[in-house]
Amino acid sequence: MRILGGGIFKGMAVTLRNFVGSYINKKERLPTNDYSWRADGALPQSIGDYPKEKGEQLSDTTTVTEYSRNFPMLLHDGGEPMDTVRCVACQICERECPPQCIYIEKDYDENGKYIKRPAVFDIDVSVCMSCQICVEVCPFDAIVMNSQFELSTPDRFGGLLVRRDDLLKSNDYYHKIHPEEAAARDQKMAVEKAAKEAKKKAAAEKAKAAAEKKAAEAAKEEAK
Amino acid sequence: MSTAAAPNYELIQQDGLETNLLEVSMGPHHPSTHGVFRMDVKLDGETVVDLRPVFGYLHRNHEKLAENMSYLSSMPFTDRLDYFNSMTNNWAYALAAEKLIEVEVPERAEYLRVIMAELTRLVNHVSLVGFFINDLGALGTPLLYAFREREKILDLFEQASGARMMCNYFRFGGLRNDVPEGWLERAAKVVDHFPSFLDEYEQLLCENEIILSRTQGVGNLPRELAISAGVTGPMLRASGVAYDLRKVDQYGIYDRFKFRVPYTDGDTGDCYDRFMIRMLEMRESIEILKQALAGIPEGEIMGNAPRVFKPKPAESYGRIEGPKGELGFYLIADGTPKPYRYRVRPPSLINLTVLRDMCLGGKIADAVIILGSIDIVLGEVDR
Repeated sequence: MRILGGGIFKGMAVTLRNFVGSYINKKERLPTNDYSWRADGALPQSIGDYPKEKGEQLSDTTTVTEYSRNFPMLLHDGGEPMDTVRCVACQICERECPPQCIYIEKDYDENGKYIKRPAVFDIDVSVCMSCQICVEVCPFDAIVMNSQFELSTPDRFGGLLVRRDDLLKSNDYYHKIHPEEAAARDQKMAVEKAAKEAKKKAAAEKAKAAAEKKAAEAAKEEAK
Repeated sequence: MSTAAAPNYELIQQDGLETNLLEVSMGPHHPSTHGVFRMDVKLDGETVVDLRPVFGYLHRNHEKLAENMSYLSSMPFTDRLDYFNSMTNNWAYALAAEKLIEVEVPERAEYLRVIMAELTRLVNHVSLVGFFINDLGALGTPLLYAFREREKILDLFEQASGARMMCNYFRFGGLRNDVPEGWLERAAKVVDHFPSFLDEYEQLLCENEIILSRTQGVGNLPRELAISAGVTGPMLRASGVAYDLRKVDQYGIYDRFKFRVPYTDGDTGDCYDRFMIRMLEMRESIEILKQALAGIPEGEIMGNAPRVFKPKPAESYGRIEGPKGELGFYLIADGTPKPYRYRVRPPSLINLTVLRDMCLGGKIADAVIILGSIDIVLGEVDR
């Protein structure tokens, strides 16, 4: 026979066990603050005096995982950002962006000739939903996800509209925040570049052969 | 319409006073309504004599938006339908689109899809049980125990996809990226630990007299009504129908796993049945997870599907057994990069249609529990 209230006492025993267990049986309980999956195994102990200096980002060092994504950034290959920027303003990401938060204008030189880089590249991070579609559709590996998340600002409109120069980050920074992904991307780019060069070389050789053949034929004609 | 006999109002039925039906608007900001849902309830004393659900406060034009963008671009929006189960939403949409473009999914991706879907089922059921008990008035303890476990799984999602809830992880023909190194071991650790939590949780809740007396015999849903209303998922199985799309369709690679489908053997299901079915389903999900984690092969995770494509004019319907019921996506392609028609079959909305029938004749406090036992997410009801 069941005792009335027995179920409640059983439940109370569970809460008591949880309360006591949280002090003595930490290992077996698989706590939620288990950071064993991180390379260094734990959160840094010095987290108490964060931020140590102005502009320091928690995201660079602590809780961010390999695939974490917040808002996009534009990559350049080092040096003067606008000289080595990978983006050619093809506007594919602008077209594919689900919430339509990207705005791009192409850059032209004084003669009105299109130079392959963006004159305006704005991302409205108040609209962006961090979905990473822009990264996937970009054929030039120019846009990737940043993991920087401390972006609070008192300016609701201007402060959340990130302009081109703030979006530009170097490939070294990308390697720092997403090492595996960045290495894979670099490798993929190298393979693509090699394939492109091989193709170009083959095309050049073909053209050369064709030219030689033509020249030979012309010489033959002349000899006649 | 069945209404219980009106209670006896001795105190107020005096000369010069009359009793009327009282119309109460519960919601849209009532905390028990799981979001922005409103119930227009007509009360006779405490007894519900009529109930009208009012929703649409969270309408975001999901279907029309998807008809104006490429197939890939609406994938992140499916996360936001039922924001507890973004992985299964992704899968249903990916299935529908994969039928249109006819791509093969690699073996490893299929395994990872099953793992993600079953982890999502654990997340959904464990938090649903927490919220359900929360609606009964057990503020805090069961819900926070549930959320403690849920957080471990969300950590796994974050490591794999980069986001806790808006995962956006599935792609047509596979997955966006492979899981990081050591992820499978961590997942196995969480899965191995989960049954001990379930034991504890069952001990905490299943025999509790307060829960028994408040849920048993409350919100009866007869089998015939459940079938004719199109109710699916745990709610249908709680009413005594053994119907699970994982067994019926065997989409993905579900034919390879050995698992049971729990259902009640009665003709009708009450709130306690619906609660227990979910507890039992979690056990079966763990069985599937163990088999999948043991059998996962190495290999590619993405088939050769194009990112942006123009499918031939055709139509397709992809459906899966989501944690809440049958989640389906119906697509009509017309040869352009955008779908001509994009329609979601939301399990939350269709399960909600029987709310009135279950509440009539019950007490107003029971209406809250019945709504909790349906397991709705307003993001999916309103879309």
